[in-house]
Amino acid sequence: MKKRMLSLVLAGVMTASLLTGCGGSAGTDAGSAEGAAEETTEATEETTAADETAEAEPADDAAAQETTGDSAGGTFKIGGVGPLTGSAAVYGIATMNGSQIAVDEINAAGGINGMTVELNFQDDECDAEKSVNAYNTLKDWGVQVIDGAVTSACSIAVSDKTAQDNIFQLTPSGSAVDCVKNDNAFRVCFSDPNQGAASAQYIGEHGLASKIAIIYDSSDVYSSGIYEKFMQESEGQSFEVVATGAFTADNKTDFSVQLQQAKDAGAELVFLPIYYSEAALILKQASDMGFDVTFFGCDGLDGILGVKNFDASLAEGVMLLTPFAADATDDLTVNFVTTYKEKFNETPNQFAADGYDAIYTIKAAAEKAGITADMSNEEICEAMKTAMTEITVDGLTGDGITWDASGEPTKAPKAVVIKDGVYTAM
Amino acid sequence: MSFVAHLINGISLGSVYALIALGYTMVYGIAKMLNFAHGDVIMIGGYVVFVTASGMGIPPLAAIVISMAVCTVLGVTIERVAYRPLRGASPLAVLITAIGVSYLLQNVALLVFGSDTKAFSNVVTLPNLELFEGQLIIKSVTIVTVIVSIIIMVGLTLFVKKTKIGRAMTAVSEDQGAAQLMGINVNGTIAVTFAIGSSLAAVAGVLLCSAYPSLTPYTGSMPGIKAFVAAVFGGIGSIPGAFIGGILLGVIENLSKAYISSQLADAIVFSILIIVLLVKPTGLLGRKILEKV
Repeated sequence: MKKRMLSLVLAGVMTASLLTGCGGSAGTDAGSAEGAAEETTEATEETTAADETAEAEPADDAAAQETTGDSAGGTFKIGGVGPLTGSAAVYGIATMNGSQIAVDEINAAGGINGMTVELNFQDDECDAEKSVNAYNTLKDWGVQVIDGAVTSACSIAVSDKTAQDNIFQLTPSGSAVDCVKNDNAFRVCFSDPNQGAASAQYIGEHGLASKIAIIYDSSDVYSSGIYEKFMQESEGQSFEVVATGAFTADNKTDFSVQLQQAKDAGAELVFLPIYYSEAALILKQASDMGFDVTFFGCDGLDGILGVKNFDASLAEGVMLLTPFAADATDDLTVNFVTTYKEKFNETPNQFAADGYDAIYTIKAAAEKAGITADMSNEEICEAMKTAMTEITVDGLTGDGITWDASGEPTKAPKAVVIKDGVYTAM
Repeated sequence: MSFVAHLINGISLGSVYALIALGYTMVYGIAKMLNFAHGDVIMIGGYVVFVTASGMGIPPLAAIVISMAVCTVLGVTIERVAYRPLRGASPLAVLITAIGVSYLLQNVALLVFGSDTKAFSNVVTLPNLELFEGQLIIKSVTIVTVIVSIIIMVGLTLFVKKTKIGRAMTAVSEDQGAAQLMGINVNGTIAVTFAIGSSLAAVAGVLLCSAYPSLTPYTGSMPGIKAFVAAVFGGIGSIPGAFIGGILLGVIENLSKAYISSQLADAIVFSILIIVLLVKPTGLLGRKILEKV
C-alpha cells in the first residue's frame, strides 16, 4: 500500500514537472513567435515603402529631376477599425464615411504636413477577437495611427495591442472607461461614466420626469458602465428610479417583463443605456403593450432610424444624449451634412461626426507634433501623446474640445429628440 | 393584475417555444436524433418571409407558404445529404453533424443576408385584445401562436395515430430493423418526418419573428436551445409533451424574470433541464419504452 502511495506521489511529481516544462517552453515559443511576427511586419513595411518610392521615382524623373522621391511628403497611413457588418454596423459604416469625408477634405487642402492621408478601414463585426485581427491586418499594411475602434469592447481589445506596439490610438466612439486606460489611447466621445452622469443631470435639470425606469444590458460593459454612474448621480436629483430591469446578451428578445415592471411602477420615462438593436425591440414591445412613455438614451441609441424595415414612427419622441445634431445651423455642420448626404444619401448620425472629428483631431495633433513620413511608429506615438494635450479642436461634436493626458475629452453635452423621423436639437 | 400580465407574456413566449419544440420532438420521436439545426431552419424560414413579404411585396400568407416550401426542401436536403449517410453510425456522430449543419446554416445566412439586424414586419395584422379598459393587452400574435400550436399538436397526434404514414413512423421509431422487415420504407418515412418538421419550423420562424421582430442569422439558435429544453421537459418524443413543456418553460422564464431576477432567468431555465433529467429522465409526459428481449 505504502509503495503504491509512493509511486503515485512520484508519478504526480513527474507529471507536474512535465507540465511546468511545457508551460515554460510554450511561453518562450509564443514570445519568439511574436518577435518574428514583428520582424516580418517591419520587413513588409520596408518593402512597401521601397515599392512606393520605386513607383514614384519614374514619375518624378519625368516631372522634375531635383525633387526627391518624397515630393508629396509621403503618405500618412491611418487605420480604422469598426463594425461594417453585424449588429452594430450602423456605427462602423457611419464612422468610416465620416472619417473618409475628413480625409478627402484634408487631402484636397494639401494633406497633413504635406503628407497625403490614406485611410484603411477594417471590419471587426463588433467582436473583440475580430477587432484584433482587423488591427493585425492594418499593421501588415503599415499603419501609423489607429482611428478606432468604434465600439467599446473592441476598442479595449485593440488598445492592448497598440500599447504593446506603441502605436497612437484615437477612438472616435469607444466610450467605456478602459478604452483610454493605456496612455497611447485617446477618445473623441464622452466616456460612459460621463454619459451616465450627464444623462442623470440632464433629466433632473430639465425636469423631464419624476419617476424613471431603467432597462440595461448587464452583460455589456458600455451599458452597465452608464447604468452604474447614472444610479450614483441620480441621488440628489429631482427624480426617483422606480424600476430597474436588466437583461443579458443571451436573453435580449423578450423585454415584456422589464417593460411591465416599469409600467406597473408608474414610470414616466424609461432610460435605455443600450444599443439600438435591442432598443428597437423595446420600442416595439412597449407600443404593443400600450405603454406610452418617453424613452431617453445615450449615444448607443443613435442609429435606431437606420435599422432596416424599422417603423420610424415608434421612435417618435425618443430623446438621446449625443454631442451632434444634424440640423444644427453652424457652417461646419451644414457643410458636413450636405457632403454626407451627397455622397452616402443618408443623414449623418453622431458616429459619422465622431469619425470626422477623429480625423481632424489626428491632423491637429500631427501638425502640432510635426509628424513626418520618415518617423517610426514609436516616435509618432510619443509626439502625438504630448501634442494631444496641447491642441484645441473645434469639431462637429463640440467647440473647443481639449484633452488631458488621461485621454478624456472636455466638451459640453447636448441632447436631441427624434421628431418626424429626424434628429432635432432640444 | 401585473401577475396576470406576466403570466400572459409568459404564455406568449412559451407558445413560440412550444411551436419550435413540436418540430424538435417530431424528428426526435421518429428518427431518434436531435436535429440541432432545427433552430436555424427556423431562422431561414424567417428570412424567406422577410425577403418575399417585405422585399418583394408578396402577401404575407403566400409568403408563409413559400417559406414552408423552401424549408421543407431544405429539411429534406439536409436529411438526405448530412444525416442519411450516417444512419448506421453512432448517435454521437449524428449529433456532431447536426451541430455542424447548424453552424453551416448560420454562416450561409451571414453571407447571404449580412449580419445587420432586420426589423421583421408582423404578419399577424389582427387587432390586439384589450381587457379591463386597456390595462391588460393580449397581443394578437400570441393568440394566433397559441391557436396554431394547438392545431399543429392535435393535427400531428392524429396524423401519427390514424394515417398509414403516421403508423409507419411509429413503427420506425420503435424498431427500425423490424419496420424494414415489415416492408416499411425507413428512409422514405424519415424523409417525410423531416419534411413535416421543417415546414413546422417555417411556421415557427414566422411567428417567432412576428412576436420578436428582429431577424439576424442567430435568431434561431437561442430559442432553438430553449425549445429543446422544453421538449425534454415535456418528454422528448411526446407531441403533447412538447406543447405543455414549451408553455410551462415560457411561463417559468417570465415569472422568474419578474419575481426573482431578470438576469438569472436563463440560469433558472437551464437548471430546470438538469432537475428534470435528474428526477424524471423521460420528462413530464414521456413514456419509457420497455425493451423486450
